[in-house]
Amino acid sequence: MTRGQVAQKLLALFCAAAMVLNYPLLSLWTPGSIVFGLPLLPVALFAIWALLIAAMAWLLERSGD
Amino acid sequence: MLSAPLVVGASFAYLLLLFAVASLGDRRAAQGRSLIDNAWVYALSMAVYCTAWTYFGSVGRAATSGIWFLPIYLGPTLAMVLAWMVVRKMLRIAKSYRITSIADFIGSRYGKSPTLASLVTLITVVGIVPYIALQLKAVSVGYAVMTGPAGQPLAQQGHWWNDSTLYFAVALAAFTVVFGTRRLDASERHEGMVAAIAFESVVKLLAFLAVGLFVTYGLFDGLTDIYTRVQAVPELAQLFGNQAPFAYGQWFSLTLLAMLSVILLPRQFQIMVVENVNENHLRRAAWVFPAYLLLINLFVLPVALGGLLLFGSGTMDPEAFVLSLPLAHGQPALALLAFLGGLSAATGMVIVETIAVSSMVCNDLVMPLLLRSRRFGLQARGDLTRVLLVIRRTAIFLVMLLGYLYFHLAGEAYALVSIGLISFAAVAQFAPALFGGMYWRGGTRDGAMAGLLLGFGLWIYTLMLPSIAKSGWLSTDFLLAGPWGIGWLKPEQLLGLSGMDNLTHSLFWSLSANLAAYVAVSLWRGPTTAETSQALLFVEVFRRSKTVEPVFWRGRTRVQDLVALTTRFMGAQRAQRLFLDYAQRTGVQRIDQIKPDPQLVRHIEVQLAGAIGSASARVMVASVADEDALVLDDVLQILDEATQLRAHSIELEEKSASLERATTELRAANAQLKSLDRLKDDFMSSVTHELRTPLTSIRALAELMADDPQMPDGQRQQFMRIIVTETERLSRLVNQVLDLAKIESGHAQWHNTDVDLTELLKNAVKTTAEMFHERGTEVRLVLPAQPVVLRADPDRLTQVVLNLLSNAAKFVPAEHGRVDVDLTPLADRVRVTITDNGPGVPQSEQTLIFEKFHQGQGGGYRPQGTGLGLPISRQIVEHFGGRIWVDAQTRSGASFVFELPWHTMESGNPAGTGENPTPGHPVPT
Repeated sequence: MTRGQVAQKLLALFCAAAMVLNYPLLSLWTPGSIVFGLPLLPVALFAIWALLIAAMAWLLERSGD
Repeated sequence: MLSAPLVVGASFAYLLLLFAVASLGDRRAAQGRSLIDNAWVYALSMAVYCTAWTYFGSVGRAATSGIWFLPIYLGPTLAMVLAWMVVRKMLRIAKSYRITSIADFIGSRYGKSPTLASLVTLITVVGIVPYIALQLKAVSVGYAVMTGPAGQPLAQQGHWWNDSTLYFAVALAAFTVVFGTRRLDASERHEGMVAAIAFESVVKLLAFLAVGLFVTYGLFDGLTDIYTRVQAVPELAQLFGNQAPFAYGQWFSLTLLAMLSVILLPRQFQIMVVENVNENHLRRAAWVFPAYLLLINLFVLPVALGGLLLFGSGTMDPEAFVLSLPLAHGQPALALLAFLGGLSAATGMVIVETIAVSSMVCNDLVMPLLLRSRRFGLQARGDLTRVLLVIRRTAIFLVMLLGYLYFHLAGEAYALVSIGLISFAAVAQFAPALFGGMYWRGGTRDGAMAGLLLGFGLWIYTLMLPSIAKSGWLSTDFLLAGPWGIGWLKPEQLLGLSGMDNLTHSLFWSLSANLAAYVAVSLWRGPTTAETSQALLFVEVFRRSKTVEPVFWRGRTRVQDLVALTTRFMGAQRAQRLFLDYAQRTGVQRIDQIKPDPQLVRHIEVQLAGAIGSASARVMVASVADEDALVLDDVLQILDEATQLRAHSIELEEKSASLERATTELRAANAQLKSLDRLKDDFMSSVTHELRTPLTSIRALAELMADDPQMPDGQRQQFMRIIVTETERLSRLVNQVLDLAKIESGHAQWHNTDVDLTELLKNAVKTTAEMFHERGTEVRLVLPAQPVVLRADPDRLTQVVLNLLSNAAKFVPAEHGRVDVDLTPLADRVRVTITDNGPGVPQSEQTLIFEKFHQGQGGGYRPQGTGLGLPISRQIVEHFGGRIWVDAQTRSGASFVFELPWHTMESGNPAGTGENPTPGHPVPT
């Protein structure tokens, strides 16, 4: 991947993450339902967070010259 | 509880350990074997973002409002997604122009303005003081929890000279002074400090995880157990319920705030930008750092909830759960570890923050004032290095004392978390000026000034003053009813905007006003020359090539003056080294031979900026040089020259690149020629060898017959027969060589017609029937019912089939030999398989047998053959676009397979000559 492509993909990832972690998509996780015996919001937030980090790692490590 | 001497002793020992790590780091740096030249260390050092707030404040916040501690860490993660672009640009700018602090960055960008730099420094000092107070408070609370009996409220402070926190603050300041100001480094890098910070990040993480694991799996049965128990307590269950509507606005503003702070906090800028060793470390650190944040936050909720469950709400301070939980459940060692972790977090933050702030204060606040005074100023000649160090050390102590003062005055009323957020909101004011300056050439000094003043002012009014009022030092009247009773000027509900928490409210007003003023004022006046040149250097930093940089300076100066100037601020030794290096680079022998051109001036100015800040460096250089004021035309002209030069150098680079490419191609062609030459030689020697063998036999036999006229007739007949066979063999060989040569060179004649493969195979089997019958071999032919028609040369294809059949005949066993011939039409091609039950082809030879003159080495005997049959077959099959190979899956015997596509191709000419071939119809299986 060229430098420019990495930058574009990161920018897209940023926008996607910002949308998922804020209103309105955040409202998907705010009702107090239970998943795996644990409350939805913390679980969802940590899961999204972990996925975001994994996506960043994949993009950045693969673009190494 | 633990004894005070134990806790103090352990703390002291830990701080000494940190100091040892720092010394090691510095020593290795001096040796050139840097400890920190590593992306992982870089990422860990960024974790200085996690302070005692992470240890205590997050847990407290989780205990009161559930998930609301998380945006402080989600924000940085989002910021790091963009870090590879944004922070890398900052790194490039900082390294190119020797920028050593945020104040320097902003000041330098807007025309090297000392006023702007001073303003930024002031804002930083005021903004950071609460944050330092927070660390002191955390340590003192932690200490009280560790050494006081459980459940006891914090002891009264008494007089200030009795307050242990004060001594701790002083000790920490002394520690920091030794850490970071032993000598003046022009690049402001402190390798030892970074090493120590990375080390303490590891300690922080491990300690917190240890407590987390202990609480979750030691005191409870895992996460689900905790949650089930929480559900049973209604007042705790509401932490996760949704009785009140979710405050999305606050969530957003917290995330945004944290996102900005992870770059704009002085310690973050120091670690991320100034202390960075290698730009490429950012690539890995950009995701490792968020991963660290995730790990350290994994157990915040469990610890908070565990504490609430076990202690009940209201009795114990939730902010100290990391300590009180292990203490109350018989794990004093774990509690001590946690305390050291929290101490680690606090000291790390304080050290880096005060070092960063002190260098800002020295370079951007004090120096400009000093230079104006007569004693130290432009006319003076003395060595200022000692003075600079003293200024920095004093600054460190001052900042610490201010922090202590704030802690004493206002720290009691507010939870830790809120104090920290106030600091975040202060540094967030730098965002428009800093990021705008990096991406917008139109940003001007006046715009940045206006934005900063407005933003800072609003911050004071909407956050700072209310916090002081709420701690009881100001009357809260103006909070409740507005100043002088003016309702719409209420600090926490400006212009009547209500319905937001005070942080979001403040952030909204301050940032909006800041940004608006920045943009409006910049557009109104437009940039000056100095600003334009700096703007270009900053915004286009990635496009600047190393060799051709426009230098926006015109004037005359003398080298001696520059040397003297540099000696004043960097010491004689470093100044000499600097000039000698420059002399070497420009190819002259002695310093006085250096040409005092704009390049030299710029180089010196940049180096000086590292020591005293760009603004002061500018002033000092201007004082020793006779400068021409640059107007816009000059700037444009300089730019023009630089652009032309750059175009030339790009051309040169391209030429040399294409030259390199041509050389590589030539080299590759040469290598290929050589190998082909070798192949040709091999071929020649193989062919002559093959020809010689039968010739030798013929000659020998002929000589024998000639020498012995009395030879019996029978023997003579036998010899004649052998001679005939050998000549046949010879002519076969010569024909095949010619054949192969013709095919390979593309001169062979191909007579392509529509060929029915079923007929062809039948004929081939009939031709060889006699040969197989002689050996007692059974031949089985499996053909599809319908004709299989391709366009190809029937004689050539027959040649291939005959070759394979005769090979099979050679290797088939003497008894019960069997050869199977299969014709299978597939979707896009036709497959012919000829299998015999002979010894088979060893795996090592399966590709070699298609090479010229290679004959099977297995089997022990060398059958009659020319060694050219298979290569010719391969050439023929590949000419029609097919493949031929030995099936490696056959377990016993040899299975030769060749496939031809329905649309056979002559190599080089798609679809051959004439009309398109009619494809045969595949038989449905």
